[in-house]
Amino acid sequence: MAIVEREPIAEATLVETAAPSAAALRRPHATTGAWSWFTTIDHKKIGILYGATAFVFFIVGGLEALLIRLQLARPNGHVLSAEAYNQIFTMHGLTMIFLVVMPLSNGFANYIVPLQIGARDVAFPRLNAFGYWVFVIGGLFLYSSFLLGGAPNGGWFNYAPLSAHQFAPGHNIDFYVLGIQILGIASLTSAVNLIVTIINMRAPGMSFMRMPVFTWMTLVVNFLLLFAMPVIAVALVLLTFDRLFGTNFFNVSAGGDPLLWQHLFWLFGHPEVYILILPAMGVVSEVLPVFSRKPLFGYPFVVFSGIAIGFMGWGVWAHHMFAAGLGPVATSGFAISTMLIAVPTGVKIFNWLATIAGGSVRAKTPFLMAVGFVTMFVIGGLSGVTHSIVPADTQQTDTYYIVAHFHYVLFGGSMFGLFAGFYYWWPKVFGYSLNDRIGKVQFWLMLIGFNATFGPMHILGLQGMPRRIYRYAPGMGWSTWNFIETIGAFIIAFSVFLFIVNVWRSKRAQVAAGDDPWDARTLEWATSSPPPPYNFAEIPVVHSRDDLWRRKYVEDEDGKVMPVPPVASTEEDQEAGEVHVHMPSPSYFPLVAALGLPIIGYGLIYHLIWVDVIGLLVLLTGVYAWALEPPTEPEVEIEAHGEPDHPDGDGEPEPVPALTAGGTEGGSE
Amino acid sequence: MSALATSAATTRTHEATPHATSTGLSNVKLAVWAFLASECLLFGALISTYLLYRGRSIVGPYPHQIYDIPYTSVSSFVLLMSSLTMVLALAAVQRGDTRRMRVWLLATALLGMTFVGGQAYEFTSFVRQGLTLHTNLFGSSFFVLTGFHGAHVTIGIVMLLSLFGLSLRGKLGPENAETVELIGLYWHFVDVVWIVIFTVVYLIPS
Repeated sequence: MAIVEREPIAEATLVETAAPSAAALRRPHATTGAWSWFTTIDHKKIGILYGATAFVFFIVGGLEALLIRLQLARPNGHVLSAEAYNQIFTMHGLTMIFLVVMPLSNGFANYIVPLQIGARDVAFPRLNAFGYWVFVIGGLFLYSSFLLGGAPNGGWFNYAPLSAHQFAPGHNIDFYVLGIQILGIASLTSAVNLIVTIINMRAPGMSFMRMPVFTWMTLVVNFLLLFAMPVIAVALVLLTFDRLFGTNFFNVSAGGDPLLWQHLFWLFGHPEVYILILPAMGVVSEVLPVFSRKPLFGYPFVVFSGIAIGFMGWGVWAHHMFAAGLGPVATSGFAISTMLIAVPTGVKIFNWLATIAGGSVRAKTPFLMAVGFVTMFVIGGLSGVTHSIVPADTQQTDTYYIVAHFHYVLFGGSMFGLFAGFYYWWPKVFGYSLNDRIGKVQFWLMLIGFNATFGPMHILGLQGMPRRIYRYAPGMGWSTWNFIETIGAFIIAFSVFLFIVNVWRSKRAQVAAGDDPWDARTLEWATSSPPPPYNFAEIPVVHSRDDLWRRKYVEDEDGKVMPVPPVASTEEDQEAGEVHVHMPSPSYFPLVAALGLPIIGYGLIYHLIWVDVIGLLVLLTGVYAWALEPPTEPEVEIEAHGEPDHPDGDGEPEPVPALTAGGTEGGSE
Repeated sequence: MSALATSAATTRTHEATPHATSTGLSNVKLAVWAFLASECLLFGALISTYLLYRGRSIVGPYPHQIYDIPYTSVSSFVLLMSSLTMVLALAAVQRGDTRRMRVWLLATALLGMTFVGGQAYEFTSFVRQGLTLHTNLFGSSFFVLTGFHGAHVTIGIVMLLSLFGLSLRGKLGPENAETVELIGLYWHFVDVVWIVIFTVVYLIPS
């Protein structure tokens, strides 16, 4: 990126193309250096930012978990007060759901999906950056509550009217309602962006039934987000109005209905469960075929099961509310739908097993993590089916059995799947592999620690130990298991520490991974590691499912797999020369617009209208400057022709001056 | 550096792949449709809340004591007419008739402002008759639902006026017709939502 040679053009074109509001603040064009991370709109950099930020939150949420386990290690623990305990377990849940698993999945989707479908970027690069900044700022807003009088303390589902002003004075819950609202905006923008990207920006020949399963699951997840986020937004708006402006939605003395919050929350909350697990299922569906050296068994079944889960996920929410007493008809209906949704999930499990069966398995770390996902998720899935038995569920509600269940699906499921993704895609993203030996040690420690922590919770729950108690008496028979769980939690913490050590050591070792270290099947492995900013010099034309594999291998008449004899492909020709691809320019304004939101939030919490006005002005400034600047500054990269498929979706389409590469390059040199 | 060679190479690439998007629909239009789909659930949840609390207020004023159906019918008519002017604005910009486009964009914004002004007057008169956000479930759910809709109309007006401003600066020609179309989509959506709200909230007796 030789910027110097283009300076003269920058002077000339800035005046005519940039909007007056943007002219004062010069468009950033650095693509390297620390500052470039604040203005980047490259989907790969944003993917890395999502991953890194979410991992920091993972450490924070993990430390909160250790505090909880220390408090409960012994009867009558005295590490935390009751109030502090409430805040810590609430923030642990919110962090792990909204600030770890969702953004980590989104980070993978951001980085991998455009590569898998053969696109140069997402459909709306600046909207992508906006979504990331809103997520970071929303997370910081939520955590600022610790400094401003106390964090949310009503559990992640924050039942109203217990969270209404009457029973929860103080600003704790205000930070919940506004913080989750801000994070919802991040998810919504990201969902619109990824849906459009996957539907509209597939490479030629990449039909829906040729798409990699990770891309498929990302599509399903983002449709779930698109429809689930407005529902929680309304629930949060109603509670916000109750708390800040004195409406009566959850005011029982005025006739308000406590079930309203539960219905709205779980109508969002159950699709949310699939939002958390489907991306990990996608990762596993990529990893298992590669390391078994077989195509995914029953690809259409895996895809359609994922879609079926996406639809059925909307019909099971009330199984979270069996204890509320909805009446026999509603309860039976939701019990049956809950049993049914286990069917597509089971289909996937058997497809994964059949993929491994008979394959030439290479038990590298990503494979082990993926198998860990399948086994742990089966345990969590089965305990989930027990919730559909209404009398049993009534017994299990609000006990540690529930805690065991959702950690088996969220940690044993999602986190194992996402760690498989870390080990699998690390060489693609950074160009060097993670150490496999340390990875295997980490896997076994994590598996042992995980089962030691959450396995005994099944027993404790069935013995009647309630969730969310900060102390228990010595004579309950719960002490031994609780102590074992705390040891398990520290083993998990050590395994995560090993992962950090692995990253640090592998980064120093810098063992070059090559473009395709796993002999993989999908398009992200067809470009260099790390990929160039434009992903592919030449947009690939897709001829089959597992296109990269088909380019590498053929079957002879006995069905034996043989490598394709090497020919000089056009791609190698491209890589030989320097390629100029017109990519969208970096921008300040997504960050500026995102900064407006927490200011509005603080203004609402402290009833300061002038702060709200400032926040609104910041937001509007960002949005207008964003809309008026062209997606791509002509001076950054000179285009040789009107390119039909470069991503310039957001903002108004600005005609790019038709300069010829030969002429301008020559003139400026 | 062989700029010409690379330019020739990339040009060949794009001739080999002559497609704009996979569906033929532009990215922005698909995004607006996705966003409007999401908005359906936002208004769906708000309208459901209103319906859940219909007839469950413990104290008055109650809806039948306070609604002025003829007045709201007129302002609803004004809002629906703004969809017509929006369509005319789009037709004008597609023809390249910038002057008429400006007229119709401004007319749409003015009709929208008339509606929002009418809503402000309606809210004021309800408050004078004793119905506020705090009074009862009806007040809470009525003001939040219709207020959310009014906020959507206001955002639409701001976007229409922004289009008008762009047009005055000569930045809104026939090549930007899709931008007008997309803001039109949003505008029609907000109108359709009002048809549902007007029917469900005002016309169906509780």
